[in-house]
Amino acid sequence: MSLVLDSGEITRALKRISHEIVEHNHGTDSVVLMGIPTRGSFLAARIASILASIESPIEHGYLDITMHRDDLRLRPPRPLAETVMPASGIEGKHVVLFDDVLFSGRTIRAALDALGELGRPQSVQLAVLVDRGHRELPIRADYVGKNIPTSIKETVKVSLSEIDGKDCVEITGGER
Amino acid sequence: MKHLLSINDITAAEAISILDTAAQLQNLTSGTVKKLPTLRGRTVVNLFFEDSTRTRLSFDAAAKRLSADVTNFAAKGSSVSKGESLKDTAQTLQAMGADAIVIRHGASGAAKRLAESGWVSASIINAGDGTHEHPTQALLDAFTIRKHFGPTRSDFVGLKVAIVGDIVHSRVARSNVLLLKKLGADVTVIAPPTLIPYGIESWGVAHSFNLDEDLESFDVVMMLRVQLERMNEAYFPNGREYSRGYGLDEVRLGRLKAHAIVMHPGPMNRGLEISAASADSVRSVVLEQVSNGVLVRMAVLYQLLAGPDQAATGVLA
Repeated sequence: MSLVLDSGEITRALKRISHEIVEHNHGTDSVVLMGIPTRGSFLAARIASILASIESPIEHGYLDITMHRDDLRLRPPRPLAETVMPASGIEGKHVVLFDDVLFSGRTIRAALDALGELGRPQSVQLAVLVDRGHRELPIRADYVGKNIPTSIKETVKVSLSEIDGKDCVEITGGER
Repeated sequence: MKHLLSINDITAAEAISILDTAAQLQNLTSGTVKKLPTLRGRTVVNLFFEDSTRTRLSFDAAAKRLSADVTNFAAKGSSVSKGESLKDTAQTLQAMGADAIVIRHGASGAAKRLAESGWVSASIINAGDGTHEHPTQALLDAFTIRKHFGPTRSDFVGLKVAIVGDIVHSRVARSNVLLLKKLGADVTVIAPPTLIPYGIESWGVAHSFNLDEDLESFDVVMMLRVQLERMNEAYFPNGREYSRGYGLDEVRLGRLKAHAIVMHPGPMNRGLEISAASADSVRSVVLEQVSNGVLVRMAVLYQLLAGPDQAATGVLA
């Protein structure tokens, strides 16, 4: 197992992503954050509080994408997580989606479908803490905490203090 | 989980997980989302040998909201009236490609027979078999109770529930007793002696012949329909007499706890087991039960059908 991001590095990456979101959208007007459960939700909440301190308060929500997955028939049914819409909705907004790890891109495809059911955002952007490569769909992230080249056999494990008691990103398995 | 035939088939944890799923589905479908793509390409057959309004419409809506294809079958107007057997009917459906069969039948055990016979490979959901069980009704009732007494609680310990009326003919009562007990609720069944089933002691719940005795102590009062169509002898002298002893009228309604809720699985005999004023009062959650029914049945269909195709438990003959 090797540590690729420690707590300080995660915090700095999230701060940088926050600044990039402000820069890219020329402020935070009509920007809303949507986290993909489980860990993407915590990242969205953290970015929302960073943005509140460096720019202005911003709405965030959570988007459970389970019912839109394309691998439902490959695994036993999994429990659903909570979907919470931002107070003013997503219609006409610039939506920034958050996930912990960008891998095949299938989760994001499902998220785009789920988002399409909820309304028509002006634009959708994607922020991830880790991009580990091995995409199976034409999807890329707009904001990346850290690019980590991995072998397909390895597992990237993101721990966040809200649920795992500590902040870190580790790689396990495979030969490195 | 391959079939849902009886509340006995599921653990308390599995029941709570179905209720949690239903709660998240309520979140998900309360806004603009009316339809989810989850069961696209799956076929759900509603196989109804007995009349039904709520249950059939509810399963129909639940399957459609998950994008499944739905085939409705009613015994009336089908070859059943020409004498076709359950086996042949089921195998016809199987040949047409059914992933789940929702069955209601007048004979107790019909769903189990279908699931265990090896006639079909589909998942079987019991939507009421004779006077035996109606598990999705118990689940939707539990969902409704949970919404009123703590949406995140994982048991019903400390809740007092009265189930009142035609216990002997009621599959709703049987499934509810099993589930409520599993979740730790304190259950009392109340009915005239003729409508209490023989061997009630073995149910593991309190029973009483007097509705007025402890009415103030209940958090939930579940009224059951008097099933006149199943009554081939005199179980009580007449409707007025039944009403006076076991009907929920305004006086009894007024005696309930401030937070108590009144439930009824429908269809209601207004004026018999429940007065119109009670049925339409603010304590009545009858219509909530109906909308919750769709969510709970979506959750059940999701649990049974979303995963990989499961090999049939019985070998196909």
